Parts: sequence; C-alpha cells; structure tokens
Amino acid sequence: MTALQATALALVALGGTGVVITREPLRQAMVAGVFGILLAVLFFLFQAPDVALSQIGVGSVALPLMILLALSRIHTDEDGDG
Amino acid sequence: MSRRARLALFLPAALVLAVGLLWSFADLPPFGHYSGIYGIVLGHVAVAQREATNVVSAVTFDYRGVDTLGEEFILFAAAVGSAILLRAQRGEDAAGAAAERSDRRADVVARPVRALGAALVAPTIVLGAYIIAHGQLTPGGGFQGGVILASAAVLVYASGQYLAVRVVRGVAPIEIADALGAAGFALIAVGGLVFGLAALHNFLGYGISGSLFSAGIIPLANVAVGVEVAGGVTLIVAEFLDQALMRRRSG
Repeated sequence: MTALQATALALVALGGTGVVITREPLRQAMVAGVFGILLAVLFFLFQAPDVALSQIGVGSVALPLMILLALSRIHTDEDGDG
Repeated sequence: MSRRARLALFLPAALVLAVGLLWSFADLPPFGHYSGIYGIVLGHVAVAQREATNVVSAVTFDYRGVDTLGEEFILFAAAVGSAILLRAQRGEDAAGAAAERSDRRADVVARPVRALGAALVAPTIVLGAYIIAHGQLTPGGGFQGGVILASAAVLVYASGQYLAVRVVRGVAPIEIADALGAAGFALIAVGGLVFGLAALHNFLGYGISGSLFSAGIIPLANVAVGVEVAGGVTLIVAEFLDQALMRRRSG
C-alpha cells in the first residue's frame, strides 16, 4: 500500500465519522457530498477509475441534491402549517 | 429506551462485531494479492477476444451483460416509480404555482452563480457524451456518462432556470429518453438471440481495438444505457424539484 492510498483510507474514515457526528441535516448533506468526493479519490487511488466516476456523479451530486430537495420540501410544509 | 439500556445493548453487540471483524481480517489475503480466477483470466483474454481496451466495460456489457441489464431496469423502475408516486399528489394548480415560484426564483439566484452555472452546462454535456462514446476504450461508459449528462440538467436549475416537467398530461422528452434507452439495451440483448447464439451475445464485428467503433455491441449498449440513465436520473431529480417548489397547501 502506498502512502497516498493509506492517506485516502484515513481521510475516508475521518469523513465517514464526520458525516455521522454532524447532526444538522442541511450541514450533513454537504458533509456527505465531501465524503463522496473522498470516496471517489479512494477508488481512483485503488485503480478503479470506473467506480470513481460513478461515485463522483452519484455520491457528490445526486445524493446531496436529493437530501437538499427533500429538506426543502419538509421546510415548505412546515411554513405552510405555521 | 433509557441511556443505560441502550449502552447495555450496544456494548456487547459492538464487542461481538469487533471480534468477528478481527477474526475475518486475520484470514484475508495480503494487500494487493488478488486471487479471483475470473478476474485474472479476463484481464488476459478480454482485449484479444473483444477488442475492448476498457476490460471493465467488456465485463459489464458483454461477459456479464445480464447483470447490467437487470441494474438498468432497477433504475428504470425507480424513475417510473418516483414519477407515479409524486405525480399522484399534485394537481394542475399546484404544478402551475410551482412554475410561477420557479420563475420568480430566477431573480433570486445571484448573477455570478447563474453565469457560472450557464457556462458549465455545455462543457458538462460534452464531457458526458465523451465518457459514453469512449466507454469501451477508457474508464467510464453509459452509466457514468449518463449521470454526468443528468448533472448538466442540475446545472441548468442551479443557474436559475426551471427544468422540471411542466407537462402535466402528455409525455416529456426525458421520459421518452428513459424508455428508449431501456428498450434499446433490451433490444440489443434480444439481438444476440436473433443474430448470435444467446441473449447478449456480441453479434457485431469487433473492429480494431482502440478505435471509436470497436468491441461490437459494447459501444451501442453504452449509448443505450447512457440515454436511459440520463433520462432516468433527470426524471427523478425533476420530480423531486417539483415537490420542493410546491406547497402542499398552496397560498
């Protein structure tokens, strides 16, 4: 294992912990997006560029976007009730 | 459940998990020593057999194409399902109100953000098309390129434009893309039955490895999956956007 790969593994572990300890959903969506990029870097360094490309698209664009849109819908409903 | 009870449940479970993990890690092969026979065989024969320099795409669209066919229809079902579920909740009035709100949104988005979003749309589309077209040559392919194309649609939204499905009745282009892509891959699979030996048999000429038109059905399947994924992901995002822009009790 190269130093780069070890660094990427450590960063992914840190990033995953970061997602878990972020309690506010909006911030958590952003941290999850950064975690997605870290995972993509990890896949790339472990010679899986195909998986890294999918991960960039799904993990750092589609997934945070879905969470953001769902949160936005929840907030609109709360406004409507108030 | 009290904090003490949760801890009492968690600690033994964590201990069992930790012991199990350590036990199984001890028997793992050393780092970098892959011992799967299929991977080694395919790594040696795929380029010679299929003229596809990206062996991953030869596996996903040829040797194990059935898996990809199934995965494609998972995404298709997800897109259709979210459209059916979310559209059932909205009337024409709500859709109209959402369209108005999104029109006002264009003035709210900061100008630099709109400019950046608009400037990135075209390069993103070109990148997505490139990734799809070179699926059999370089890393990437239909799924990756399709997701990139769909993120171009997200950029359109980020730059303050309304991309959601305005058509309440009738069929929007992204739905046609979703259906055509799924049907295209299924037809390629059937083509193997008609022109070859079995479903997903690579029945086209393989060409010269490294050229744009090589590896038989693999580039065709990449295009079909790319269109399907771009349509499907855009459809899901558009439906979610409609929901976000809509108030359940309008006014």
